[in-house]
Amino acid sequence: MLLIHCPYCNQTLPEAEFTYAGEAHIARPADPSSVSDEEWRDFLFIRTNVKGPHYERWRHFHGCGRYFNAVRDTVSDRFLITYKTDDPRPELSKLLEKSK
Amino acid sequence: MTVLTHAFTPGPIVASGPVKLTLLEPVARFSLRLRAANIPTVAKALGVDLPTTVGERAANGTTEAICLGPDEWMIIAKTDDTDKLVSACADVYASATHSLTEVSAREITVRIEGDRAAELLTIGCPRDIDSIPVGGGCRTVIDGVTVVLWRDADQSFRMDIWRSFALHIIDLLYTGSKEFAAE
Ligand SMILES: [Zn+2]
Repeated sequence: MLLIHCPYCNQTLPEAEFTYAGEAHIARPADPSSVSDEEWRDFLFIRTNVKGPHYERWRHFHGCGRYFNAVRDTVSDRFLITYKTDDPRPELSKLLEKSK
Repeated sequence: MTVLTHAFTPGPIVASGPVKLTLLEPVARFSLRLRAANIPTVAKALGVDLPTTVGERAANGTTEAICLGPDEWMIIAKTDDTDKLVSACADVYASATHSLTEVSAREITVRIEGDRAAELLTIGCPRDIDSIPVGGGCRTVIDGVTVVLWRDADQSFRMDIWRSFALHIIDLLYTGSKEFAAE
């Protein structure tokens, strides 16, 4: 079982307490009625489907209940970092450097 | 086999053996949500500290608080104190906005105690039980069901379970404790 660090509980806990919640840093258009159908479709459905380090959301469902962000390698399943929802998106090059 | 009915009559479920199970008497339960700035005022109104580290607890007499999330607490009190706590919080609402929701009927609590109580929990809890300090607790999962676990002593726990899942979880604990007893 994967162990996942919850940035709100500040504990590293079993995957079974968490749920996956899709790609992270997808911003909802501020004024939905002003975007084209294609832009709205992209916002709703189009994701990067990365092979490798992926910025994604998780929720500590059976715990503090909070959503947070993570960078996980979709090939190795290894978490490079987890961070609070309002923390800035961490630079990938720095994460890869640190994980070496 | 179902060892309890939906009446949830308090009393022993497994009275002897390596792990004893007891359905505890009803208590008043409140889900409390608020912002950090309002913690001191609401804590004073409730008469119990509100710890800010997830998993930490505080108690004052029969009133207890556990921090379940960065802005979330569960408050436990004597049933008789329900109205007193509700009005004390209402009195400070204007200066310290918060959400106090009574959830007394939502859950039942089972005491799990005995030489192998911590080990029994491992049949359904993925969390490392040893990582929960005595006097602490957590919201976690057991066999797919969210529960709140209070560790009161090395081998004594309370588990708050939502009523609709409680018969299933209690049956699981019952079976586990009987298996220990049969070893
Ligand atoms: Zn958490």
